[in-house]
Amino acid sequence: MALTPILISLKTASVAIVFTFVIGTALAYIVCRTRREQVRSICDAVLTMPLVLPPTVAGFFLLYLFGVHRPLGLLLGELGVKLVFSWPATVLAAVVIALPLMYRSARAAFDQVDPMVLQAARTIGLPETKIAFKILFPLAAPGLTSGGILSFSRGLGEFGATAMIAGNIAGVTRTMPLAIYSAVSGGRMDDAYEYVIILVAVSFLFVWGISIFSESRAGRYRLGGRK
Amino acid sequence: MKKMRVLAFVLAAMAMMFLFAGCTGNDAGSSAAGSSAAGSSAAVEPEPEEPAEPATSDIEGDIMIAAAASLENALADRLIPLFNETYPNITVKGTYDSSGKLQTQIEEGLEADLFFSAALKQMDALTEEGLIDEASRKDLLLNEVVLITSPDSGTAVTGFANITDAETIAIGDPESVPAGQYAQEVLTSLGVWDAVNAKASLGTNVTEVLTWVAEGSAEVGVVYATDAASLPDEVVVLESAPADTLQTPVVYPVALLARTPEDQKAAAQAFLDFLTGDEAMVVFEEYGFKPY
Repeated sequence: MALTPILISLKTASVAIVFTFVIGTALAYIVCRTRREQVRSICDAVLTMPLVLPPTVAGFFLLYLFGVHRPLGLLLGELGVKLVFSWPATVLAAVVIALPLMYRSARAAFDQVDPMVLQAARTIGLPETKIAFKILFPLAAPGLTSGGILSFSRGLGEFGATAMIAGNIAGVTRTMPLAIYSAVSGGRMDDAYEYVIILVAVSFLFVWGISIFSESRAGRYRLGGRK
Repeated sequence: MKKMRVLAFVLAAMAMMFLFAGCTGNDAGSSAAGSSAAGSSAAVEPEPEEPAEPATSDIEGDIMIAAAASLENALADRLIPLFNETYPNITVKGTYDSSGKLQTQIEEGLEADLFFSAALKQMDALTEEGLIDEASRKDLLLNEVVLITSPDSGTAVTGFANITDAETIAIGDPESVPAGQYAQEVLTSLGVWDAVNAKASLGTNVTEVLTWVAEGSAEVGVVYATDAASLPDEVVVLESAPADTLQTPVVYPVALLARTPEDQKAAAQAFLDFLTGDEAMVVFEEYGFKPY
């Protein structure tokens, strides 16, 4: 069993989570501040699609946009960049697939912040950006954190869209899920077994981490008598 | 409340039974269709009988050919209709799947009259089991292993020998995809396998490799000549694998099955003669095959 797929997956998930976290949180913030309910619900639906559709569909859309003969792919080609079948493509796939998890977590976290607190801040004349960074984001931090961890784990396990736009190049774009698939279809069940154990263990640790984290937050609030 | 649940369960069970009955009912008259429907990608399509014309044969029959999936387009779109021009009273049905699945289905009792395999292995296995009419067998077609690129890739690669000049190479995963095994064989005998393996993207099936190249994601790829012929506008063939680089050529054998009842023999033989004739070979060549 080669270690490279594990390293590639960790590298992909680590870089992807930066983008996912920032984009997901920003989108959730923008949508939360939108007054019109229909716009909000449509944004919710669109941004949730990658979560409910098979990743191959997301991969298809990505290929349709970033393929060498497609609009964004041609644009990148002009700049001398070939995204498909390169390592950054694994990041792109992971970001797109994990984005709904981050977005929905952030949306829920923002919605749970007491609007009276924000109103109070406005009455003393704080600018909106300050309200966001000093009050809204800190209060939503637990939700944002668990969303981030979920997105990281999802990025670690991304397979379908990755296979379509990043291919399956050993040492470059072969992430752990692709290595597992290749091992199983090649009848190397022992290799697949080891990859699976590692992937399950890492994902479990992260998701378990969320539970511990949110439990401790909840406990603090209970003890602290937050209303 | 409990009665309601029991009632609902019974109703659901009845609905299921009707559904299943409906399925088998549709295929009544050809029990083979039922068994081949088990393989999800298998398709059975009856060809409509054409009205009798003068100068045609009056042999009658209702036969089924089990053919490799790569033969489906050539058979269903062109060859069976062409056959029916001469033999309007013979209905030919086709069931198309991977040769390995068809082998299993024939072993399990698929009531086909001809078997057209994409490799010698499956035909040999069935011959050994006594399910093939050995005398009728003919190793008919040759499929080549070819190196392809997309027309506007601007690749520096001109053939298998300098394949490593490509930035990205797509091949089938040699561990599970036959086309990938052939690619490995060719590239190994040319001494470039290790260099290719280090940077190739391994597809889970040969069509994925074809798509990667057609989309421009991969600069070059190795597929069958018939795959390349299926997308004439999107891919171009750089080179066919040199004959001495493959130990086992990709041969498509066809034969009558031993189980064919006497009254269907004439119809099945007529179709086999047609497939092995010159007229059919012209069509096969259009689809990228070569005579073996």
